[in-house]
Amino acid sequence: MGENLKCSNCDSPATVHLTQIINNKIIKVDLCEACAQAKGVTNSEGFSLADLLGQSTFTRESEEQVLECSDCGLKTSDFRHTGRLGCSSCFAVFAPLLRPVLVDMHVGTCHKGKTPELALSRQSAFAHLEKLEHSLAKAIFDEAYEDAAKYRDQIKSLKECSETFEYSQP
Amino acid sequence: MIESLLNCENAELTHKTQKGTPVVLSTRLRLARNLVGTPFPERASMAQRSDILSKCATHLSGLGKMTKGIFFEISNLSDLEKQVLVERHLISRELCESKQGSGVYIDKDQTCSVMINEEDHLRIQFLKSGFQLKNVWKQIDRFDSKLETDLDIAFDSEFGYLTACPTNLGTGLRASVMMHLPGLVLSGQMERVARAVSQLGITVRGLFGEGSDATGHVFQISNQQTLGEKEEAIIERLGNVLKTVIDHEVNARFKCLEDSGSKLLDHIGRAYGLLRNAHVVTSTEAMHHLSLLRLAVDFEMLPETKRADIDRFFIECQPGHVQYSANEGIEPDARDVYRATKLRKELASLPSLDFDKVTVLP
Repeated sequence: MGENLKCSNCDSPATVHLTQIINNKIIKVDLCEACAQAKGVTNSEGFSLADLLGQSTFTRESEEQVLECSDCGLKTSDFRHTGRLGCSSCFAVFAPLLRPVLVDMHVGTCHKGKTPELALSRQSAFAHLEKLEHSLAKAIFDEAYEDAAKYRDQIKSLKECSETFEYSQP
Repeated sequence: MIESLLNCENAELTHKTQKGTPVVLSTRLRLARNLVGTPFPERASMAQRSDILSKCATHLSGLGKMTKGIFFEISNLSDLEKQVLVERHLISRELCESKQGSGVYIDKDQTCSVMINEEDHLRIQFLKSGFQLKNVWKQIDRFDSKLETDLDIAFDSEFGYLTACPTNLGTGLRASVMMHLPGLVLSGQMERVARAVSQLGITVRGLFGEGSDATGHVFQISNQQTLGEKEEAIIERLGNVLKTVIDHEVNARFKCLEDSGSKLLDHIGRAYGLLRNAHVVTSTEAMHHLSLLRLAVDFEMLPETKRADIDRFFIECQPGHVQYSANEGIEPDARDVYRATKLRKELASLPSLDFDKVTVLP
């Protein structure tokens, strides 16, 4: 108070002062009434989180690492713009951007509810099988036949005990 | 295409109203789910969307209640048919606007519907009349568990069920209760209650969700947060808030009767007269007056047996339903005449209002 702050958008005297914590960084923004209105900050119905995060003045995107999901091609800018993730692989990629958003959005930041046990055990069995098949191929290539026999037996027993599972194609 | 749904005499929303259920009309739970290995609908290619649609539809066709259900591909439905399904709360407005490769599976009695390729690959919904959060959770939980025996559901130990929008992460559960709150509206308290409730992470919306107004004094009240709590805790928290809202509503009705009884009874009497005699009735007008008739049942001024009919008219007087049953292409003016004729006919057998019985149910 008392300081003659200028609007970070247009150099008019700033009357709206915002302090926000985004990605664990304290970001202070001073705006004049007109710019605050234009950015929707004074809107009594609240302003969209996605829009807010999309404002370069707030997030200083140049300092931010540009992330991209190798599976669906979603980029940081897409996530900032739409507020949506593109596929299940996005979560590992965008977790650092997502976590701070969740703090204000939900009761907690870690899942406490139901777990799809069956689907998960099938998925992990499938991943394990793929790994064994990979090891088997490598052992044959390296002519390590004792290892190969071991992997082949493991694959066989895994397939037998999971016969009831119908593997859905990834 | 949708005649069988409309002619069904066992449909949850229009035919299963329970006796003695003032305030709460229905309970609806939905779960957002996605499959691993395919981008979420918005970012999926047409081929990927079709793949998900046929894969999910195939699995659903053999699942529990759905074995006798019906599947619709959204692109095969007319705009009017889509509107009717929205009015029955079986599909969302968002699904109506989706690209090719979206669909919905609806079970025979319209309790359960599964939208495919809406914002997420799967949106499972269970709807029951009355206030039944725990019961509906049990049913949808069982159905969801059966679903994962065939489908690889995307899940992460930290973020829970993975959804396109971060607002649905964790449980993916939205529990929503449809409430009839004429007491709070007429006494001018609704805004205050909505504000108080929203501070507790609970959202209040109109009859058809986001952006819709509360015609007929009907509101949808639902949980906002989905992550960081168990499903049971979400439901319990919502249930406790709703119980308080019910208490406030009942008190507001008492107070209306005490403070301005003649005015309230006049509203009800006029609604009764209007619906039984008018020749032109808009849908907003119909909703408003049907709401007052439902209140008359709560006040025991009309027999309890009439409650189910009134709840059915709430749905059947919606614009899409009127247009559909009057055949397509009917002009708005003619629609209002058609609606009035239907109401006069259906309400002709209504006994007269028993004004001596003005006692509010506990």
